[in-house]
Amino acid sequence: MLTSSRRRLLVSSAATAAAVAAPAWVRPAFAADKIKVGALYSQTGGLSIVEKMLANAVRLAVSEINAAGGVMGRQVEVVLEDGASDPKTFNEKASKLVTRDRIETVFGCHTSASRKAVLPVFERRNAMLFYQTHYEGFECSKNVVYSGAVANQQLGNYIPWIVQKLGKKKFFIVGSNYVYPREMSKVSKKLIEQSGASWVADEYLELGHSEWASMVRKIKESGADVVLSNVVGDSLVAFYREYKNQGMSQAAVPICATVTSEIEIAAMGAEYAAGSYTSVPYFMSIDTPANKSFIERYRKFVNDPKAVTYHSLEAAYFQVFLWKQAVEAGKSTTADSIRAHIGGQTYDAPGGKVRIDAESLHAWVTPRIGQWQADGQSKVVDAAAQPIRPLPYFAYGETDSNLMCTTKGAAQVKV
Amino acid sequence: MLDVLLIGLSVGSILLLASLGLVIIYGAMGVVNMAHGEMVMVGAYAAVMTQIWLGWSLYAAIPIAFCVAALLGFLIERCVVRRLYGRLGDTLLATWGVAILVQQAVRLEGGLAFFGIHIQGLGPGLQNMPVPPELQGAFLVGGTSINAYRAFIVASTLVLTLLTWLLMYRTRMGMQVRAIIRNPRMAAACGIDVERVNAWTFAFGAGLAGVTGVLVAGFKTVSPDMGTSLVVDSFLVVVAGGVGSLLGAVLTAVGLGEINGVVAALSNDIVARAAMFGLVILLIIVRPQGLFSFKGR
Repeated sequence: MLTSSRRRLLVSSAATAAAVAAPAWVRPAFAADKIKVGALYSQTGGLSIVEKMLANAVRLAVSEINAAGGVMGRQVEVVLEDGASDPKTFNEKASKLVTRDRIETVFGCHTSASRKAVLPVFERRNAMLFYQTHYEGFECSKNVVYSGAVANQQLGNYIPWIVQKLGKKKFFIVGSNYVYPREMSKVSKKLIEQSGASWVADEYLELGHSEWASMVRKIKESGADVVLSNVVGDSLVAFYREYKNQGMSQAAVPICATVTSEIEIAAMGAEYAAGSYTSVPYFMSIDTPANKSFIERYRKFVNDPKAVTYHSLEAAYFQVFLWKQAVEAGKSTTADSIRAHIGGQTYDAPGGKVRIDAESLHAWVTPRIGQWQADGQSKVVDAAAQPIRPLPYFAYGETDSNLMCTTKGAAQVKV
Repeated sequence: MLDVLLIGLSVGSILLLASLGLVIIYGAMGVVNMAHGEMVMVGAYAAVMTQIWLGWSLYAAIPIAFCVAALLGFLIERCVVRRLYGRLGDTLLATWGVAILVQQAVRLEGGLAFFGIHIQGLGPGLQNMPVPPELQGAFLVGGTSINAYRAFIVASTLVLTLLTWLLMYRTRMGMQVRAIIRNPRMAAACGIDVERVNAWTFAFGAGLAGVTGVLVAGFKTVSPDMGTSLVVDSFLVVVAGGVGSLLGAVLTAVGLGEINGVVAALSNDIVARAAMFGLVILLIIVRPQGLFSFKGR
């Protein structure tokens, strides 16, 4: 995976260099028939493992679009920039893409920290960012298309399902100590109370912390019958391992997670997660021809027959097609045109139908709950009948009839 | 309460394991080895590779990881560190550089990634070390459930500490090391081949770090940057315990582990960590030389 992407990177940067070096009169000929889009993902640093996968998904989508004739008959070229796992670098690279390269659409960012860091650039220069990772909500920019899930799409069906179908009454909420887990916990507490259950504790560990002994002991002592985990990154590997090592059973007190995906399961060893649950719109195990073909094409593209796909990767892939549809609908690549035409666009993604909400520019996705099996794959045990509406301000009382994020932008909404 | 103390003990053991190698290296040579965490990482990768390529279990990986890390430590000492003796700040920078090199070497699979060759078990991704079934889960002793893997870590730490003690206090080489810790020039004047002893000490310290890597791999993810956070904790123990003092390291590690365990149980892990660091700051204000230390250095 690494090797092939590096080689492509070298080739593409060599091509760029050649284009820049060419005499001025040659250049317009190159530029006229290509639409440039940005891909802004960490290629180095701690987050690069995941973000390289996302960049690959975007590049796969672009290569497929190009193979099928491009956008409005023009080929698409990806300008890949490295955010280096550092919000400040993300901001600089976003400026570079938007200002210097005059690129109107960028696919990118993985963490909320990096998204927040680039947001002013996109708003000031009126460019579009396509952001694929599920996140805590509480944001509404007319310059961002959010194609991942927000809290109500992960928790709205999850908590009632845990209470009713699993018959759990006492939640122990645990997370990493930063904005996403804390916002998720705010939403879950509301839903837990609405479902007639209760929560006994709400605890956080530093990001990347891997000493779980005390926390697991607390969970054990608390008498909770289910754990809601918003733990992020490789510290959740240590968590699941410690959980089993202290004799906790996923059958009696399951861990119900919002983040744990195929990637972390592979890293911890499937036996530690078997029996636990995750709620996300997409699982690698979704048994449709579309998904199987997607996995096959992705594996072929990254030249790794064992590569895993997961929810953000799928969203990174399908958002490129949504962009294409919006460009073609408006016959223009400008941010204003994309914004005007992307609302209501639907696409048959590998995981099923998705649609961009015209009000909030967030995606309608189908919430699914998966139970992890001994082979590291999930079994989808519950799925919504159709895609449901994104409510980014759900924790602040947003409902279908009282939308806080609208076309005017929620920047004006003070919560 | 007993289970809290046991958790504290296991936290302490991991601290001690991580710092055992440093105690000797820093003590004997006055080298701040910033690459110590990378030795741990190399040990962990050695374990992962043993499992993937040879199909051997965690137990068999321990001696292999020791040898791999010791060899690497020996090379680092020969190539870099020995040119910098007596220059504390410089060793810090140089070994930090070595640390980055080692990390990158693992990420780029020793440079083979450039040629499109992929070695399974290396690379930038997360790796996992399977734990033998008998070390998973917990067992009951007198009504308290004991985590099998943590018990294994505590036992291994005990054995390694004893071995180190025997080596340091019961062998000729150990006596020479202790002489160097007290006064390297005097030791050299008495006919001790300081360079040779230093090289072996460095290799041994690195080897201990390698073993730590195997044990840590059982509950942590193995990734190229896993060592960076460990090295901070090890310096904590070395500085608070007194440079070069084995007894100081043991007592400090166990003490800090217990404080961490108890505070985490009463409050939470974030406060526990703050308490641990706060205590060490207090300690080095009151006793700048650490809990136990020799007069010589």
